[in-house]
Amino acid sequence: MKEEIIENIRYRIGKKILNWEEPAKDRVYATFKREDLIEVARYLFEELDARLATASGVDTRKAIEVLYHFAFDRIGLMFTVKIILEKPDIVVESITPVIRGAEWIEREIHEMLGVDFKNHPNLKHLLLKEDWPEGHYPLRRDR
Amino acid sequence: MSHKVIPIGPYHPLQEEPEFFRLHVDGETVVDLDIEIGYNHRLIEKISESKSFDQATFLVERICGICSTSHPLAYVQAVEDLAKIEVPQRALYIRTIIAELERVHSHLLWLGLAGHFIGYNTVWMWAWRYREPVLDIFERITGNRQHYAMMKIGGVRRDIKEEDIPWIKKTLKQLKPKVDMFKGAVMDDPVIHARLEGIGILTKEDIKNFCALGPTARASGVDIDVRRDHPYAAYDRVEWKVILQREGDVFAKAVVRILELYESVNIILQCLDKMPKGSIDANIKEIPPGMGIGHIEAPRGECFHYVFSDGGNSHARHKVRAPSYMNVPTNKVAVVGETISDATIILAAVDPCYCCTERTAVVDVKTKKKVMDSADLIRLSQEKTERLKKKLIAI
Amino acid sequence: MNLKLNALTRSIWVYHLSTGSCNNCDIEILDCLTPRHDIERFGMVLVGSVRHADAILVTGALNLKTIPRVKNIYQQAPKPCVVVACGVCACGQGIFKNGPNTPNPVDSVLPVDVYIPGCPPKPEAIIAGVVKLIGKLKKP
Repeated sequence: MKEEIIENIRYRIGKKILNWEEPAKDRVYATFKREDLIEVARYLFEELDARLATASGVDTRKAIEVLYHFAFDRIGLMFTVKIILEKPDIVVESITPVIRGAEWIEREIHEMLGVDFKNHPNLKHLLLKEDWPEGHYPLRRDR
Repeated sequence: MSHKVIPIGPYHPLQEEPEFFRLHVDGETVVDLDIEIGYNHRLIEKISESKSFDQATFLVERICGICSTSHPLAYVQAVEDLAKIEVPQRALYIRTIIAELERVHSHLLWLGLAGHFIGYNTVWMWAWRYREPVLDIFERITGNRQHYAMMKIGGVRRDIKEEDIPWIKKTLKQLKPKVDMFKGAVMDDPVIHARLEGIGILTKEDIKNFCALGPTARASGVDIDVRRDHPYAAYDRVEWKVILQREGDVFAKAVVRILELYESVNIILQCLDKMPKGSIDANIKEIPPGMGIGHIEAPRGECFHYVFSDGGNSHARHKVRAPSYMNVPTNKVAVVGETISDATIILAAVDPCYCCTERTAVVDVKTKKKVMDSADLIRLSQEKTERLKKKLIAI
Repeated sequence: MNLKLNALTRSIWVYHLSTGSCNNCDIEILDCLTPRHDIERFGMVLVGSVRHADAILVTGALNLKTIPRVKNIYQQAPKPCVVVACGVCACGQGIFKNGPNTPNPVDSVLPVDVYIPGCPPKPEAIIAGVVKLIGKLKKP
């Protein structure tokens, strides 16, 4: 069952995969180009019925990585889509039009790390106070 | 349009995260809802980067007082996933027991508050009274009523003493008839049926679109439960079943929680019987670089932690996602089209902080004048129950 | 002794204000009202609006977003009004001491009369804190 789904993923979007890691039997981390994100998210969410658990933004000093964690509940697999955004060009397409549940988490990554999500319907502060200084991102590590 | 806006919150004196709801109403009907959060935000993800791996378990415990096992458990599982740590068997069973005790106390707490907001203060007092023995068990096992500090990377911090087990079993068995009473009080009461059935309906599509979790999803017939889907701790070694309802309304959510109480008590009793002897700690010294994901079924749904380490003493990134984060946005669909007096219980149904309603005021958009005083929403809700009661008696 | 303060020593009506807590203190405060501890016997109730309150019970580390709201609420309270800091976060910021979003202790914004430490304080401790508060008010 799990092998089947992984094979499906590799068949359909395998050419777009830049890097594939399987550190444990139920964890997969796959890196994609940012242009392919919408297509990958649409495929995982709509066709394979995966659930978006959440997204994490990680600052690795040279780049900002956005990780979308998709859970396949029936087979117990956590599939992570990793997008690497080289600084200073940290713009990525928003997946909120595809998955409504991603609205808050993208707003959070926007205010914590300064990632710009294109086509996000409502990209404003979520957690921090309204007059938080512009251009000051608490989770950035390059200061 | 000449609709009015009802701001709810941000202060809530009772439960979880303070949220701020802005209800747009047209007459008595809710037409839109804005949700604003962040009044409880403490930037824990940032503070966590300055704590060592061991210290962070205490920090994540303080994310939420009701889920003070769920977050540490998800966190230690993330680190164990990163470092490939084998946890001793006895520790796994103790983790299961603590996590299920937490589910019992959390569901009882929600039941009480839900009762309070539809005007059944008796249910509130009952539920909280029968919650006390559960807290006593916590105090006996862990030394504290809340913030148990039981989870540790590679095991648990304290053992359950053999001489305590009969007392724990006795206390839990005494809880069962009380839950029976609740089940009767909620499921057979015509007023509760009239108040809760058919309101705040979430369809399967809504659940999928918003990626909602836990009892909220299971009440709409979406069969997800991390305990079964990605087994952790000792859940694959005990007999239990996932509770499902189809309707998706507030009543179904209440039923799911009540029936889960039985399952939880059963799981704890089985674990106490099956628990093997042995060590409770794997004595972890170093955490290698890498990344790990830990997720568990908290009382409100899946709780998710992602840990990224670059080989130092503390993590380079620690991402926390609590279940309410995914569940609260569903209010946007659930509450639209319902009346103001039903709004309070619908906003509560996903089990967020709900007590924001204690500080409400109805403001007319045009004149910016207060037309309703604070706490009136709860009164409205309670009055509706009274009306229904009288109507039913008349029949 | 001030007549108004004297009135505060019995049947205290409490307004409960969470300023970014983990809500454990909040649960324990509610626990005081429920049957095991039942401080409603002494006429102490939680009120929904600060305009009815004699005391404000503050829980949690004060975060930046809540500071203007907390000041606003304190201004609305009828004076004299006592402020109780409940839990170690409200007393001295606790584990969030160096958090970028929680830089101010509660007593830098509100005049705190009684501190109840503990993470969370047990209901018994909260009741003891209130008893000490009454003792403090009665002192000439």
